[in-house]
This record gives sequence, structure tokens and C-alpha cells, in this order.
Amino acid sequence: MSKLIKGKTGEWEVVIGVETHAQVSSVSKLFSGSPTAFGAAPNSQVSLVDAAMPGMLPVVNGEAVRQAVRTGLALNAEINKHSVFARKNYFYPDLPQGYQISQYEEPIVGEGEIEVELEDGSTRTIGIERLHMEQDAGKSVHDRHPGKSYIDLNRAGVPLMEIVSKPDMRSAEEASAYVGKIRSILRAIGSCDGNMQEGSMRADINISVRKPGEELGIRAEVKNVNSLRFIRQAVEVEAKRQIRLLESGGTMVQETRLFDPDKGETRSMRSKEDAHDYRYFPDPDLLPVVFDDAFVAECKASLPELPDTRKARYVEAGVSADNATFIAGEQDHIHFFETLLAAGIDAKQAADFYTSEFLGRLNKADISIADAKVNAEALAGLLALVKDNTISGKIAKDVLDDMLESGEPAKAIVEAKGLVQITDSSAIEALVDQVIADNPNQVESYKANPKAIGWFVGQVMKASQGKANPGQVNQLLKQKLDG
Amino acid sequence: MSDLLDLSLAEASDKLRSREISATELTEAYIAAMAETVDLNCYITETPEKAREMAAASDARLAKGEGGAMEGIPIGMKDLFCTEGTLTTAASHILDGFVPPYESTVSGNLWDAGAVLLGKTNLDEFAMGSANITSYYGAVRNPWTRQSEPDTELVPGGSSGGSAGAVAARAALAATGTDTGGSIRQPASLTGLVGMKPTYGRCSRWGIVAFASSLDQAGPLTRTVRDSAIMLGVMAGHDPKDSTSVDTPVPDYGAALTGDIRGLKVGIPREYRIDGMPEEIEALWAQGVDWLKQAGAEIVDISLPHTKYALPAYYIVAPAEASSNLARYDGVRYGLRIDGETLDEMYANTRGEGFGDEVQRRVMIGTYVLSAGYYDAYYLQAQKVRTRISEDFRNAWDSCDVLLTPATPSAAFGVHEKFNDPIQMYLNDVFTVTGNLAGLPGISVPAGLDKDGLPLGLQILGRAFDEETVLKTAAVLEEASGFSALPALRAGRG
Repeated sequence: MSKLIKGKTGEWEVVIGVETHAQVSSVSKLFSGSPTAFGAAPNSQVSLVDAAMPGMLPVVNGEAVRQAVRTGLALNAEINKHSVFARKNYFYPDLPQGYQISQYEEPIVGEGEIEVELEDGSTRTIGIERLHMEQDAGKSVHDRHPGKSYIDLNRAGVPLMEIVSKPDMRSAEEASAYVGKIRSILRAIGSCDGNMQEGSMRADINISVRKPGEELGIRAEVKNVNSLRFIRQAVEVEAKRQIRLLESGGTMVQETRLFDPDKGETRSMRSKEDAHDYRYFPDPDLLPVVFDDAFVAECKASLPELPDTRKARYVEAGVSADNATFIAGEQDHIHFFETLLAAGIDAKQAADFYTSEFLGRLNKADISIADAKVNAEALAGLLALVKDNTISGKIAKDVLDDMLESGEPAKAIVEAKGLVQITDSSAIEALVDQVIADNPNQVESYKANPKAIGWFVGQVMKASQGKANPGQVNQLLKQKLDG
Repeated sequence: MSDLLDLSLAEASDKLRSREISATELTEAYIAAMAETVDLNCYITETPEKAREMAAASDARLAKGEGGAMEGIPIGMKDLFCTEGTLTTAASHILDGFVPPYESTVSGNLWDAGAVLLGKTNLDEFAMGSANITSYYGAVRNPWTRQSEPDTELVPGGSSGGSAGAVAARAALAATGTDTGGSIRQPASLTGLVGMKPTYGRCSRWGIVAFASSLDQAGPLTRTVRDSAIMLGVMAGHDPKDSTSVDTPVPDYGAALTGDIRGLKVGIPREYRIDGMPEEIEALWAQGVDWLKQAGAEIVDISLPHTKYALPAYYIVAPAEASSNLARYDGVRYGLRIDGETLDEMYANTRGEGFGDEVQRRVMIGTYVLSAGYYDAYYLQAQKVRTRISEDFRNAWDSCDVLLTPATPSAAFGVHEKFNDPIQMYLNDVFTVTGNLAGLPGISVPAGLDKDGLPLGLQILGRAFDEETVLKTAAVLEEASGFSALPALRAGRG
């Protein structure tokens, strides 16, 4: 349970708060009708409003507001029926207006909390401070020309939700699990696609260290970390850096740092002295965002089953807690698993086979779920053959290998290779008799030790090339050996 | 030709519709008038070719018995409205060469109604000023002159000084303005015109170069109240592209001009009797009270106790919003760019050279009042004052229907007379800023001349979205005053 980090002068506690920026799944920008699709040609998704042409005015995207409210509800958070857009003023070439429209004193979502599962099976409750809406900036490209920078405004105005946690996390694992949980909740309700590689989700991590029981230390903010693994690494290296610094007599400065995953270090970007005075004030071009209880109720009714509830339902159905958490946290897993359940496959068997056999093989071959030649329906087809005793569980694994290779349905493979299970009891009986007759010594040892039946089962299965129904083999062997 | 220039918008409209005159004929008269009055510097960009094309199209529609409410009417467009394909400057160096690929909603409404663009009128840079002397394209001269010293160049007021000057000098039949603290009403008063600022949200701000978003409103500058009613009806209307535009039907403003104000309660706010106000203005105000009383209105003394805080509050809120609104003029995407060794230097060079002194002053004030540590004392306090001022008006509406006040504290002044003292200049807005802070409709109507023969205006303020009562009262004042004086430096005198 100890999350404390040992230093030369004793143990240190690391304190972490996270600001998660999540792009709202919306076809258009927060204040204009421009599309938001990833990967378009530079400056091909820019309206007059996005480029801040003179006299252009923002109009809020109602869908983005709806998604922010749904997200707030999914985070068990207070919904503010009156919120205000404010301007955050600073100059930068990829910020055409000279200000970012965000929310400051009156965000759309207030305090909430979520439960985070840790690897040792324990859970932690992490507080949410607030969620506010804001527009993204564009992108500056500095490496195309020695003397010029290029600006791509495709992202300028893309709707973001910034979810601010309380400083409730105490380890790298907790920080990464927290962001992972936020991601699975957002993906479950569809308010963000959670794609960290494409920048749909990124995290700013506030990290400080202190001796247990002491006041909070001075924090550093590690900006724009874009994978769960990097979050873990960033916290680890930054906490160690701070401890080393403090133990060698240095003092912390409040600053913004960048995590370099290649070098495994964080570097200073700018210190507080360079910090902007953002001169926030309510945006006079926009009215306050106001809605009623009926709108909140409608948003609530639109929420699908959330990961925590889903997990509980799976555990109830017999799935192990680990597998339930794992499956309920990711839409792809949910899709596979629910398809298997719908095909009448036993929950525990489905979860075990899906996680260890199916995903195990994909991981080993480094294939993504989307690229696999076996989809949820095909996997259900395979397990259905096990369920109706057409093939044994053991054969199913071999068939799965074939399916992943060829993309053929299970039934076709089983038929083509003659893998149909032998359930004809006279055929099995013949094999059993043969094995018993051939091995008198083993029969003797069985008499002394009934556990040796396993050896006989193995021999019969081998003789049947794995096709004999193991249940029937067991039963017949028992009958004969005991009789 | 001079006969054509003397027609009001309503009269010209009737003659166009009856084919007594053609749009081309009328437009040619105004193109000539622009040339004749070019020394007044009312226009930044004249668009005679475009005017001729639009007039020809109007004639074609009129010939078929078609045409909108302003079909064939040649107007000036304040150069703060973005006009597709026509240079738009906001009278600032920083927008050098900026030709918008889009049309502002209000100007678009005017073209849809058949109006003809004569050109883009001069203004104070980014509409910041009360004398039209801060324009990068030079000051505008008021066509009115003092009888005692006819050669002294007077200002037309501002910021819509080019629009006011053009309409007064007969170089446009009507013109658009924008009013953030009095920028339509004050120049109207200084040039003997009717200037209407409608309720905030009545006209779309989309496509108008922003000065102070929560205060800016477009409105017409015309020679008569009826003209104002016609033109406002065309300019107004809900626009989904402006979140602050209000979705409420636009009434027939012309129909509101019944001449009947019997039983109307006219409030006289005692706080508008300010120290040092010229006797002439005091007397004109009293005269206005008499006129309305004679027309059957009931006069009510009322109090707007927070009036004295309005001007200071305005000069915090407006620069604060401006400092942010003008951040987009950074030399990166359009307009002027003065290169530098670093990005910051490019910003400083561009904005240092591109903005004039008054704009820089207001950007600095605005930045200061929004800064950490000063926000609460200035910006927040000013917003509280604003709330109080709105409350003052709401209370007043319990006992009256409109307010009658002077429009400006003085007649037109000389170009160099107030230039050195920004505070003195800011005082010009003392009677008009309250209407902007509370978002209420206000109109300035010419009511008389001062002892030097310069026009003076009275202001009517009304309830939000009650432009009808404001216009009706204004028309009664107009009728009673019988104001008919004309400026010396107008076109068509010979």
C-alpha cells in the first residue's frame, strides 16, 4: 500500500492533480460551422470566424454544450444551469482572435468524483474540481522553413472540455488510472473519442512532492502528455527530479515543463515569471449559457450504461473483477463481449476466452482489434460451437489460430479439417477400452491413486486427436476403471 | 439637380416609385455632389461605378413595378461595415488593403432593400472619437460654419462624422452609423440631422468591425424622422449569426409616426442638468418640454441617480472590450504588417505603427483595467455601475414612457479646440452613453440653432425595443421645431 518514494533523507509523498483536455465529439467547431475531422489538408477547415476576420462573431454550438452536460453527469458532477464564456487574452500567431474563448469564473460543470481501480484490486475516489468548455488554438509549424513558421488553423476553434481534478492522486499509477478512467467514461457516453494519438485527449499534470504530513510543495505542470504510459513515466521522472532537487538543497520553482519520452526526462518550458496575465473577462459577444432542469434530465436520459455499472453487472454474471473492469472500460471490448453474451455464451467463459485467448493472440502478433480478421460475430460463432459441443474448448483455440490467419468462419474451418468433436459414446468407449487394455500397469497405479485418471484422459484425447468430448471420456473412464 | 439633392428619402422613394425620377438620375446627382464636397473629406472610398451599376439595377426593378423599401436610394456606408469586394478600413492604417470577402448583415439588408452604395464614409479610427479627427485618412470637416467666423473648420462630431457630414452636405441621401457611446446621435446633433441608435440587439453586429461588443449598435443618419423610420426598418432584424441579436419582429416604424402623443408621459431627468452647460442648450431643452406639452404630453420630473457615474464606467467598459477586440489586428493574417527580428517585435512594430494615438490610448486603458489586481476595482466596479444605471431607467419607466434630454453639451467645435484634452473630448458623450450602457434606443433630433447659427439637437430615449414611441415623439419634436436651416458647405448651391 505504501506509495511513498524513498529518498536519501527519508520518504516523500507525491501529490498529483490532472487537467484533461478532451475534444468534444462534434462535427463542427465550438463557435463556427467548420468541420473538425482529423487529418484534413492544412487550413482547409477554417471559417471566417475561426480566422478572426474583422466583424466576425461566435455562435455557440449547442451539441458541444449538450456533450459537456452529459459528461458532467457521467462524472457525478454538479451541473451549472447558468455558465459564462470568458476571453483569455494573449498573443500568439496560432490564436487568431488574440484571445481564447473559455470559461473562467462560471464553468458549466462544478464538483464531482469518480472511482478509479488500481492494479492491486483496490479503488480510490478522485475528486473533480470542474469541467469547462473552451476552444482549441491552431497549430504552429516551425520546422518546414529556416526563417518562417507556418500556421494551420484547422484546430482553431475545435471544441474542448477541460476536466480539472482535485490534487487527490498520490502515485504515477493513480494518475494514469485516473486519466484512463476519464477516457473510458467519455468513450462510453460518446462525448469524446478518447484518441490520444490524434490529440483528441491530452493531459496537463501538476506534480509536487512533500514529506508526509507536511504542507503541499511547489508544483510543476507537465504539459500535453498524450498517452497513459507517458503519464506514468512523466510522474515518475518528475517526482524523482523534484526529490533529488530538494534533497540536494535546491528549491522548487513553479513552472511549466515538457515531458520528453525519448530521453525520459522533463524539461522547463517557462517559469511563472514569464506567465501571462490573461485578463479574463466575460465575452461580450456571447450570452451566458442557460438551460433548465428538463434539458439536464434529457441529457441524463441519453446516457448509456456507465463503466462502473457495467462492471458491476459483469461481476454479477460471474466475470472476474479484473476482467470486468477491463472489458467495461473500453468500447471495443464491450462490443465483443456483449456480442458473445447475446449469442448465449456463458459470461465467465466468454470473458476468459476473449481476454486471454483472443486478445492474447492479438497482443502477441501486435494486431489491433480493428485490424483483426476476426470480428465479434465471428468470435461468437466459434464459442457457439464449443457451447453446443461441436468442438472442445481445446480445439477452439486451434480454430481461433486458423481464423486469425485466414479470416474464415469457425464452422467452415471445423468442417474442412474434420475437427467435429466425437460424442458418439460407442466410439469413445472403444478408445477407452483400448487405452485400458494397453496399459495394465497404469490401471494398477490408478487403483492406488485415483488422481491418475488424468493420465488416461490425456491418452484417450490423444488417441482421438483431441476430438473426443472430454466430459464423456472422463465419465466412461471412471465407469470402466472403477467397475 | 439641386432639387434632387433636397429630396428626403421618403420623397425620393415616392418619386422613384412613380417613375418621376430615375435611380440613375438621383445617383448621378449624388456622385456629382460627392465630387463637389470632396474637401470635407466625408468619404474614405467613393464607389461611383458600383453606385451606377446598383442604380441601373434599381431602375430595372422599378420599371417592373418591383423594388424594396429603399430601392434606388443612394447612401453612404460607414467604413466600419465590411462590404464584400470593397476596401474596408475602419479608418485605421492597420487594415491597409483589407477587402472583405463577405458583407455585413446590416449592409446586406440595405442592398437587399435596393439601396445604392455611394462609398465608404470616414470615421474616427475604429470608431474611437467624438470629432472625427482620429481617422488615419484625415479629419472630416463639418459642412456647417459659424456665422461669426465662417472660415474656422468645425468638426462634424464622431465617430460617424463622415456619414453625418455627407448627409448634411447633400453628398448622401442617408448614411449608416454605429453608436457605442453616442457615435450616431452626437454627430447628428452637430450637423442638424436625425440620428437613431436602436435598442442593443435590434440590428445585427455581424460584419461590423467591433469596437466595444456590448455597446455597439448600428443605426441610420437621415434628414428626417420619417427617413430614419424607413431606414431603421430595413437595417433591423434578428440575425442568427449574432448571438446578441434579439429575435423579435421588426414593426412598421413608419406607421408609428401618428403625430399623436396625447397622454404620453415624458420624463425629464434632473441629473442631466450638468454644471457648465451652455444657456442655449438649457433653453432649447425647456423649449422641447414646451413643444411636447403643447402636443398633449404629460411632463414628469424624474431622477436617474447614477448618471454621474455613467461616463467613467463607459470609459472603462468600452476600452476593456476594445483592448481585446483589437487583439486580432496582429499583422499575421491581413492588413498591415511591419516586420521585426522576433515575433514580439513584429507585433509591436505592426500595432505601434498601425494604430493611432487614441486607439493606443484606449487599448492601454483597457488592458490596464482588466489586469490582475485592477480588474475588481475598475472593470467589475464599472459593470456594477452599469447594472445600477439600467435599474435607474427601469424605475423611470414606472412613471414615464420616454425621456427628453439634450443630445450634446455643446454645438460643433473647432477642429483644434478640444483636441489636446482627451477628457474634455470624452465629455461630449455625457448625455448619450447612458443609452448605450443600458442598451436603450435613443434618437437625436435637430431642434434649433445656437447664437452662431450652428445646429443643436434634443434626444429622446425610450424603453428597450420601443423604437416606435421614440420615433413618434421625435417626429412631434421635429414638426414643432420646424427646423429647416441648411449648412453653408453643402453641394448643389450653384
